[in-house]
Amino acid sequence: MANILQTSFLPSTSSLRRTPISGSKGKSQVLQVKAKIREIFMPALSSTMTEGKIVSWMKSEGDKLSKGESVVVVESDKADMDVESFHEGFLAAIMVEEGGVAPVGSAIALLAETEDEIAEAKAKSQSSSSSSSSSQKAVEEQPKQIEEAAPDVPAASSVAAAPAVSAPKTVALGSAVHPASEGGKRIVASPYAKKLAKELKVDLGTVVGTGPMGRIVAKDVEAAAVAVAGTVAASPAKPAPVAPGIELGTVVPFTTMQGAVSRNMVESLSVPTFRVGYTITTNALDALYKKIKSKGVTMTALLAKATALALAQHPVVNSCCRDGNSFTYNSSINIAVAVAIDGGLITPVLQDADKVDIYTLSRKWKELVDKARAKQLQPHEYNTGTFTLSNLGMFGVDRFDAILPPGTGAIMAVGASQPTVVASKDGRIGMKNQMQVNVTADHRVIYGADLAAFLQTLAKIVEDPKDLTF
Amino acid sequence: MHSTSALSFSQATSLPTTNYAFHSHSAVNLRFCGLRRQAFGFSFSTHSTSTRLRLSTRAHSYKISASDGNNGTPPKSFDYDLIIIGAGVGGHGAALHAVNKGLKTAIIEGDVVGGTCVNRGCVPSKALLAVSGRMRELQSEHHMKALGLQVSAAGYDRQAVADHANNLASKIRNNLTNSMKALGVDILTGFGTILGPQKVKYGKVGSTYTLVTAKDIIIATGSVPFVPKGIEVDGKTVITSDHALKLEFVPDWVAIVGSGYIGLEFSDVYTALGSEVTFIEALDQLMPGFDPEIGKLAQRVLINPRKIDYHTGVFATKITPARDGKPVIIELTDAKTKEQKDTLEVDAALIATGRAPFTNGLGLENINVLTQRGFVPVDERMRVIDANGNQVPHLYCIGDANGKMMLAHAASAQGISVVEQVTGRDHVLNHLSIPAACFTHPEISMVGLTEPQAREKAEKEGFEVSVAKTSFKANTKALAENEGEGLAKLIYRPDNGEILGVHIFGLHAADLIHEASNAIALGTRIQDIKFAVHAHPTLSEVIDELFKSAKVKAPASTSTSSPVTEPVSA
Repeated sequence: MANILQTSFLPSTSSLRRTPISGSKGKSQVLQVKAKIREIFMPALSSTMTEGKIVSWMKSEGDKLSKGESVVVVESDKADMDVESFHEGFLAAIMVEEGGVAPVGSAIALLAETEDEIAEAKAKSQSSSSSSSSSQKAVEEQPKQIEEAAPDVPAASSVAAAPAVSAPKTVALGSAVHPASEGGKRIVASPYAKKLAKELKVDLGTVVGTGPMGRIVAKDVEAAAVAVAGTVAASPAKPAPVAPGIELGTVVPFTTMQGAVSRNMVESLSVPTFRVGYTITTNALDALYKKIKSKGVTMTALLAKATALALAQHPVVNSCCRDGNSFTYNSSINIAVAVAIDGGLITPVLQDADKVDIYTLSRKWKELVDKARAKQLQPHEYNTGTFTLSNLGMFGVDRFDAILPPGTGAIMAVGASQPTVVASKDGRIGMKNQMQVNVTADHRVIYGADLAAFLQTLAKIVEDPKDLTF
Repeated sequence: MHSTSALSFSQATSLPTTNYAFHSHSAVNLRFCGLRRQAFGFSFSTHSTSTRLRLSTRAHSYKISASDGNNGTPPKSFDYDLIIIGAGVGGHGAALHAVNKGLKTAIIEGDVVGGTCVNRGCVPSKALLAVSGRMRELQSEHHMKALGLQVSAAGYDRQAVADHANNLASKIRNNLTNSMKALGVDILTGFGTILGPQKVKYGKVGSTYTLVTAKDIIIATGSVPFVPKGIEVDGKTVITSDHALKLEFVPDWVAIVGSGYIGLEFSDVYTALGSEVTFIEALDQLMPGFDPEIGKLAQRVLINPRKIDYHTGVFATKITPARDGKPVIIELTDAKTKEQKDTLEVDAALIATGRAPFTNGLGLENINVLTQRGFVPVDERMRVIDANGNQVPHLYCIGDANGKMMLAHAASAQGISVVEQVTGRDHVLNHLSIPAACFTHPEISMVGLTEPQAREKAEKEGFEVSVAKTSFKANTKALAENEGEGLAKLIYRPDNGEILGVHIFGLHAADLIHEASNAIALGTRIQDIKFAVHAHPTLSEVIDELFKSAKVKAPASTSTSSPVTEPVSA
């Protein structure tokens, strides 16, 4: 098997193979000729090869190369092959990292003739690769994108994007003290957590560990990545069609958090979900709300309370399926409520919402929202939800569909309560305030009849809300 | 194997004080079943010394009488023709061959038949690795999907896995015991001590000893895990391979000190069972004993994509077991600057820094033999050398105890070589033909020299070296299994077609190496073996293609049916 292909290294002055790459090429080419900085190209290792994956760099930046020395291992459609240098010099800059894919003929590294030119070549690689490599990255990540992904929808469906973990990155900042790290001086993170952090570009210093003895484990990093996504997300909470700062006609690669959102979205596809809708009359609830509003009770708290009370009667709707083989019946009813905030999305959790009285629950909710705005939510305050509520009623949305956050059993999308002309059973026509709710659930554990019964109970509670206030 | 676990503990702890020059985790030389560097050192010397040693064989009988006066009078008639101290794989192999040659044979064992390999090494670890291989496959959604298989979440029962390893060890142990009994080998229970020439006593510690005599004696006492000083082994959270093989718990995070065979295999087991692993390696790169190219590929496949990270160029200078609610604490010291560099807090630490010979209490002082770092000095025929540099007549040492090549099958081969000699046929084992394997997923195997070793030798001796490579990606069977990741590498002399080394990383590499090791052992040249036919489609075609891709200048032998008889080395 041919393992050495000498044809791969061409001096950059040859323009023959440069067609695939656009961008700032022209400029850099002129400079390279002067400085004798050569580009190393992705070689064509077979007639069918269109792109190659960098398996490993055998040399590091700054290493001296002699002619004929192997520099990089490239994976083609047939085999891994060593690629040799055609020239002497120094490997100045690696433009495609290990694991990266580059089209045949595109520059993957720069070769400087002398040591002095390394810095110059490096600068060049940054300017010339920023366009090509970033767009390349975007292309790579594009297939992962999913229509429903969070960025430009405010709360609603993006709840799904944040599987009970969405919280601003700075949540952790104040409390990054690691019990296992001499008072936070050192970061103790498991090997996989470190790997993930590097991959997701999460700063371990800002992550709170929940593993044994407070070490950072993989799920903490994943949570942090999603949280970062929540704050960094460029989508404004107001429904502006085009946000300022977005350059039209460009392809913008996902940020790390968007990548995490995207992964969660894709992960949600592995869950067989279905939806059941219900129309609930809210006149009684509205009346109750008016009555106790002055005591600090919010509609969100009322809805959460009503949902929790209904869940208490239907524990299966509060369950989830973790391994594909079993029901996990959660011991407490924790209602996560999606909140659009600061361009992102978080799901503060009202813990034991069925047991806490409505006034305490309302105070708790206010506290959570304040904390969320101040980015001070603790992990248990945003990642312990067992059932999620997403309400887009305030935008006038009458009905919508939410994606189930992985790791939970059901999510309820709540539309606006609107005056509706209703025919009653005795043949009269009247006006009633009605809202539509739509529950998305994991059919492995929650069946249609379960949801129907749950929604019936919920409707009864909302239509006769006296139980909510005791 | 000649040790109880209690003894191996005291042995391990006493080692650092007995001037153990290794300082540390020299996983370079000391490995589970392998000590290649020493083996190579040895085989190089065979080139220059073989003639001289052959002469000294002729002087054998003189030497016996000359040394008689010094070491007491040997008995006139003997209880046995051959006594072997230690019933590990080496002793077992020697005993079987001795019976085959008509020798009255006894084997002394103070612990259990089977030694390290069967009870605390290769055998139970293969059981764990069989489990980890399947777990890995079942957990690889991508792999399963590519094959069109649907499997719901794979899980395991730790105790059942541990039982499988334990049951395998007892099964193999019984097989070994029965095979020896059936052939009429006397199994003498107790610790053997050499009293003088051709005289051994054996018995349980603290009870009476029995004296036996034999015409020839083979020491085959093996080795125990080597624990560098500063490391406190408690058998629970800080463990050696002895404990790890019992799989008493699967830690969330385990640090493995040493990235040789043992460390690598255990990282495969632990990560498949859900642990995360941190390697601590004293040298600057992981897997230092392997051919660099193979090591690099192995790292790409076995380390980087798994839940493993590593610290290289550091010694674990202090390891404290978990206690009082604190985790296992590991202090890392820079190997070069000797400055403390980092502290790790993990759930468990596995010490896989190699193995130390088990030669205490053998009575070597009675025959004026000084061990070197615990190893019994021997010549290329496994004859024991005393403190004055003379051969000790009728005394041989094989296996880990002599340190030439710490592999179970090497010990057995050395034992067979000794039996050949004492039954009148001179025999020198070519250690370069002994294959070695690491049973990760995929496996790594090798025989002969690594590329740097071959180039060094070539420079010294003035010949050319070429390298040929084939990929598993081009192999039908490998692709059918969806296991195309892998590389086979041949290092050879283009002038005469001599195979210098073969290294394989890929599916069933351990089973594939023998075509190459047999060729080296028999002196078969590439230009001849390339005409041998391989069944299609099989993995062996990777090796077939490897031989065919080599560019040898020498023509094929006229008659390919008769192999080259001239030995490759020595």
